[in-house]
Amino acid sequence: MSNISAQEVQYNKSGQKIVSPDYLLFEAPREKFFMTGSEAVKEAVKRASVDASVSYPITPQSEAAHLIGELWVEGYVGVYFRGESEFGVMSEVAGCALAGARTITTTSGPGTLRAFENFPMWAGTRIPVQLVLMARGVNAPLSIQPDNLEVGFLLDTGCMIWYAENAQDLFDMILAGFAVAEHPSVHVPVITVVDGFFVSHTREAIMLPPEDIALPPYNPYKAPMPVIDLEAPPGRFLRDPFVMKSNYISYATHASWQFEVRAAIERSRPYAKHYLRGLIEEFGNPDAEIVFVATGTAASQAKEAVRLLKDEEGVDAKVVKLKTIRPFPEEELKVATKNAKYIFVPEFNVVGWLEREVRKVLYKHSDAEIIGTPRVAGGMTMPAEVIVSEVMNNLRVK
Amino acid sequence: MSFKIFQINEEFVDVMPKEIVELQENATWGNPKRGVIDLPFHKELIEEHSLCAGCPEAAALRYIMASIPAPEDTVIVNSTGCTSLVFPHIAMHTIHSLFGNQNAVASGIKRVLEYRYPDRTKDVIVLAGDGATVDIGLDCTLQSFFRQERITTICFDNEVYANTGGQESGMTPKGHVFKMAPKGKQFEKVPMWQIAIDSGCHYVARLTVSSPKRVESVIKKAVYVAREVGPTYIHLYTPCILEIGLNSDQGLEEMRSKDKERFEFFEYVSPAAAEIIEKRKAEGLL
Repeated sequence: MSNISAQEVQYNKSGQKIVSPDYLLFEAPREKFFMTGSEAVKEAVKRASVDASVSYPITPQSEAAHLIGELWVEGYVGVYFRGESEFGVMSEVAGCALAGARTITTTSGPGTLRAFENFPMWAGTRIPVQLVLMARGVNAPLSIQPDNLEVGFLLDTGCMIWYAENAQDLFDMILAGFAVAEHPSVHVPVITVVDGFFVSHTREAIMLPPEDIALPPYNPYKAPMPVIDLEAPPGRFLRDPFVMKSNYISYATHASWQFEVRAAIERSRPYAKHYLRGLIEEFGNPDAEIVFVATGTAASQAKEAVRLLKDEEGVDAKVVKLKTIRPFPEEELKVATKNAKYIFVPEFNVVGWLEREVRKVLYKHSDAEIIGTPRVAGGMTMPAEVIVSEVMNNLRVK
Repeated sequence: MSFKIFQINEEFVDVMPKEIVELQENATWGNPKRGVIDLPFHKELIEEHSLCAGCPEAAALRYIMASIPAPEDTVIVNSTGCTSLVFPHIAMHTIHSLFGNQNAVASGIKRVLEYRYPDRTKDVIVLAGDGATVDIGLDCTLQSFFRQERITTICFDNEVYANTGGQESGMTPKGHVFKMAPKGKQFEKVPMWQIAIDSGCHYVARLTVSSPKRVESVIKKAVYVAREVGPTYIHLYTPCILEIGLNSDQGLEEMRSKDKERFEFFEYVSPAAAEIIEKRKAEGLL
């Protein structure tokens, strides 16, 4: 669809020209802007032919949710309202998606936990909802600061988990998120994570395609589950909750249904690889023996540390930035850490959920020492100098 | 769309179960004048329910299914509990999502259906027990009323958490001894019908299911008002005969006795709702 003029031009409900995800993401001319991560969410939603969004205030995602509301006023979003709580919102969003809408919502920290019961339900009902998660600390004690502990809780909900590093990543990932999540062979929710404040509230340069083009509208009749719009026969799954039959066929069905949700996430790999230009991104000397494995702004800081290590200590290092956590880029990570002697996993949380993931994947596949440091939380920043000194201290001890 | 989506491919008619063929041939689709009078003559939209013998909830479901004006264009959102045991047996679009989020799911569905099909009528009905509606789901229930969602909410009040084995609920009358209230319930039954009025419902009814005709009348009014005005609420007494120690032939008697007590028929109609009801009466639909 790169040569759009050669084809019949079609428009979405907002009057934007419909283009393919490939054209929108890779081929359309882009212009440079300077904006926050929250504003990048608005720009992505504006070009995503979104049907519905439900919002709820919580710092730091509120602004992104306001801006989606502005898009509703401007006619770019079909349904928009403020729900009663994140539990209610995630259920309202489920209703919207079940009725055939392309649906997006946003939340943060305690809101994620309030909503939690909904996430496995989203996955189990196979709705391709997109949640933009602007990660923040969870209570108690009360914190509104950046911290991504909540992502560790989400890993096994049956949702795809993607992690954006900056506003540009976030813009592109939101658009790619719909293309992948709605693929008929995938059709599970996608949670697009970004670090609160560091990205949501920070202005940076971002390249945007024109605003008069948008993704093709969602076609609910391609979904693997029947849409609840009364235009298709009723689905047996929603009529037949397996718990209602106490026999081994129903137990086996329930188990295989859950396996199938995970299998759907696995099937997303080729599409995610295409639209995200790979599940990982590498930065630094490809053959370096010191490797940082990181997501989000921890990857940004690690990149800065790679520069400092080279310039000030004469040490070669590289960053392997993971763009997806579910599916986890297992093969990519194994290849990227082939030469590694030391693998550092810098994280913005106290538990080290990413370190656990890395250890599990590399067990018996790498002789490298895996070091879960530096680890900061509760709003602390992760200066590149801290990463450098952690690396040097560890190397000196050896 | 229409009942056509339920029609069986001609080539498969001979291998389809009898009850599915009957659904196509003898159920009351596409007729807003359908009602409980059809019960003995037409195929019901509920097949071999899995509730206890003599359960008044089963009767309530049969009357409701017979009374919904446009079953082919209606989604029922249900919740966890005894009611959810029945939905696998209902030939309509139904959704079970979580315990207590039914009004939130219904709000999302209704708004998107109005957005996707602005010129069509698609009804959304919530049907859940008293625990789901008034205890765990009260927030979502009331907030959907505050927001004036155009949905009908039906609460099956059996005054107890029956499906989990008989625990006290907010709708249990004060003093009743149930599990989790071994000294008797310490506070009054929640006046949900009044709360529904105060929260913005335009049509509210409280009744037992002792009279099928009356159930039909309130269901139709509630659906028609929800379509054009705003939220409506029906509070039905469907006693759990198991938990209150009655035999399977005593449910009706129990409801009749409560018709004179705490479930005496009560109806609230807002001025806007009254207009719609009069209009539908004039059209012969009520």
